[in-house]
Amino acid sequence: MNPFEQALSEAWGLLVHGDAALFDIVTLSLQVSLTAVAIAALIGLPLAALLAIHRFPGRGAVIVAMNALLGLPPVVVGLIVYLMLSRAGPLGEWGLLFTPTAMVIAQSILVTPIVTAIAHRTLEDFHAEYAEELACFRMSRWEVGLTLLREARLSLATALAAGFGRAVAEVGAVMIVGGNIDGITRVMTTAIALETSKGDLALALGLGLVLLAIALGVNALAFALRALAARHAGEERHAPTALIQKG
Amino acid sequence: MPRDGIITGGVPGVDPGPLGATLDGLGVHRRGRAILRDLNADLSGHGVTAVIGPNGAGKSTLIKVLGGLIRPDQGRVGWGPDGLPPGAVPQAILLQQPVLLRRTTRANLVFAAKRARIARADQPALIDHWLGKAGLSLLAESPARRLSGGEQRRLALARALILGPRVLLLDEPGAGLDPSALRAVEALVMEATASGIKVVLSTHDLGQVRRMADDLLFLNAGQIDALGPASDLMDAPPTKTFDAFLKGDLLW
Amino acid sequence: MVMRPLVSLALLALLVLAGTSASAQDRYIMVASTTSTQNSGLFDYLLPKFEDKTGIAVRVIAVGTGQAIRLARNGDADVLFVHHKPSEEAFVADGFGIARHDVMYNDFILVGPQSDPAGVTAHDGVDEALRAIAAAEIPFASRGDDSGTHKREQSLWAAADIDPKAHGDWYRETGAGMGATLNTAVGMGAYTMTDRGTWLAFGNKADYTIVAQGDARLFNQYGIIAVSPEKFPHVKADMAKRFVDWIISVPGQSLIARYKRDGEQLFFPNSGGGS
Repeated sequence: MNPFEQALSEAWGLLVHGDAALFDIVTLSLQVSLTAVAIAALIGLPLAALLAIHRFPGRGAVIVAMNALLGLPPVVVGLIVYLMLSRAGPLGEWGLLFTPTAMVIAQSILVTPIVTAIAHRTLEDFHAEYAEELACFRMSRWEVGLTLLREARLSLATALAAGFGRAVAEVGAVMIVGGNIDGITRVMTTAIALETSKGDLALALGLGLVLLAIALGVNALAFALRALAARHAGEERHAPTALIQKG
Repeated sequence: MPRDGIITGGVPGVDPGPLGATLDGLGVHRRGRAILRDLNADLSGHGVTAVIGPNGAGKSTLIKVLGGLIRPDQGRVGWGPDGLPPGAVPQAILLQQPVLLRRTTRANLVFAAKRARIARADQPALIDHWLGKAGLSLLAESPARRLSGGEQRRLALARALILGPRVLLLDEPGAGLDPSALRAVEALVMEATASGIKVVLSTHDLGQVRRMADDLLFLNAGQIDALGPASDLMDAPPTKTFDAFLKGDLLW
Repeated sequence: MVMRPLVSLALLALLVLAGTSASAQDRYIMVASTTSTQNSGLFDYLLPKFEDKTGIAVRVIAVGTGQAIRLARNGDADVLFVHHKPSEEAFVADGFGIARHDVMYNDFILVGPQSDPAGVTAHDGVDEALRAIAAAEIPFASRGDDSGTHKREQSLWAAADIDPKAHGDWYRETGAGMGATLNTAVGMGAYTMTDRGTWLAFGNKADYTIVAQGDARLFNQYGIIAVSPEKFPHVKADMAKRFVDWIISVPGQSLIARYKRDGEQLFFPNSGGGS
């Protein structure tokens, strides 16, 4: 068997036997990354709406900074969060280091720029479409923001899916702040790193396939939800095609 | 025909009187070009005023200035005897390409009802009333974006009227509609007029002017070339430019 | 409509918090140790027995020796368990640790491809082995990460009078852990130095064999230190002490001796303790 065949059979074996350790690892990966995406959404979506609607002083700087943060290497984020949460650091008393909470914090920092950037571009488009019409209704900026967020909810799902993809696939941040402790802070990516370092490449690849399957599953779900709701809401834009239209 | 709905915008408890508009030295520039130039006029507070003119004359811009969507670069527009700014007057604007929300027909009206601060308990009856008036009752639960062009225009109009405005501004409300759709829209507008709402609409359709307008304002290259009672002006055009326009001879 | 996904996300957040608090029992200690010890499988064998006996969970953070010591110096661990005596003694001397105890030893070995292009196996001592590799300019993969293994490797080159970095690009520093370095070495047909424990447990040996072993200078001593509660009041001193005592006395020591991989004993207990 070549390494890939071996990997497939390892992956299959893991899933079929309902390996308890694997279940814990997968569950923790999902908990940490989904929570991080939720936090990123709470921060990033309102911020994106603000950037789309309001030309405030310093807005340009915020956009540049946000786009720059897109390229944050996870390991750097992990290092910074470690320095903050270490006992020797400013937030050491909280005792959060090497816990899933620390991992959520690190991943939230990693994911927020991506959610914000994609949501911002989406909401800019929606704002261009809706701005004049909403102005006819004499709406406050706050009301406009909420309306745009609601109108764009399906497209915003893409931003969240992208954020989740980044979170669940990264290893640098969660390795440093989590410590890859067996049964406590071991997630899919750190487990793969560990098995690789032990030379158990087939097992590592097998775990990788499980991770891919999960990522695929989540994205497929997001896509299906989008398509379903699009059909409900009649997503096709009303393009003025014919000159004479039916009454 | 009783007027439904609650007054939006405006100052509660203050009746602005018959809402005519006064244009005072109005000017709008875009990219160095003058779209509207030194407009001075008094528009009647009653009935329908039609704004007509060749393409690029500034009709849409004037409608938007009257509605407060565009702020003039010079001069001002005042509504009523006190010359109130557009923001202080209960208005509704129907854009040339109305943008409907990505929701059902009914939900679009709910949206407007909320903006008009209509009490929750009163909303369903009012919405059903306007769905009926616009002939959209059977399409209430359909996604608004799925409606035909004419249906969407009627929905946008119902959405405007549910706000309970005293002034209704329409930018080419009949454009692109087939005859039956056009008639439906015009009927709604005439009902609004009959209930005391001041209507200003821009249009290319001279037949529509004849059918609906009490006054007309002829804009050419950003200036007012003719202003007065519609049928009089059309029967006896006061200027050569206007005459040429009516004949279809006006070159841009 | 916007609320639904937010609600489900909020529920998930609660799940996480519930999950973390369930496992956040206070009876655990943090042990900073090395990847080589972890990868050998010793902890998976040893620690459950300690937990069963005392009810204290041992959470191991396995990183490079340098990082493990840094963690302990920051107060992020209760116990330090590495294999570089000079650093360990400095740790205690600087007041970060209570006392250092020997725990066990194993040895370092040189591994390389079956074909042995530098003819290392023909030589006896580790000096000659390294000189042979340098002379033949066959690739050598070094960890280059300031770990215990790396520091030992550097001292061996020094003892053989060779400055490998000055010699050419056959000397390759991966800057990585033992496992990753082994993967790289096997991938490029390079020799490398590793501890026996990691090697025996390593799953990607390809056609590699041990080409040099047994030299006294390849001796690898492990030491354990409880972090000082005077320096870090938050440290779990009592539980840490129980763990250290357990490791250096009969129960721990005999278990270490009994741990085998492929029939071979990996670590040799030498705490000299045992009550």
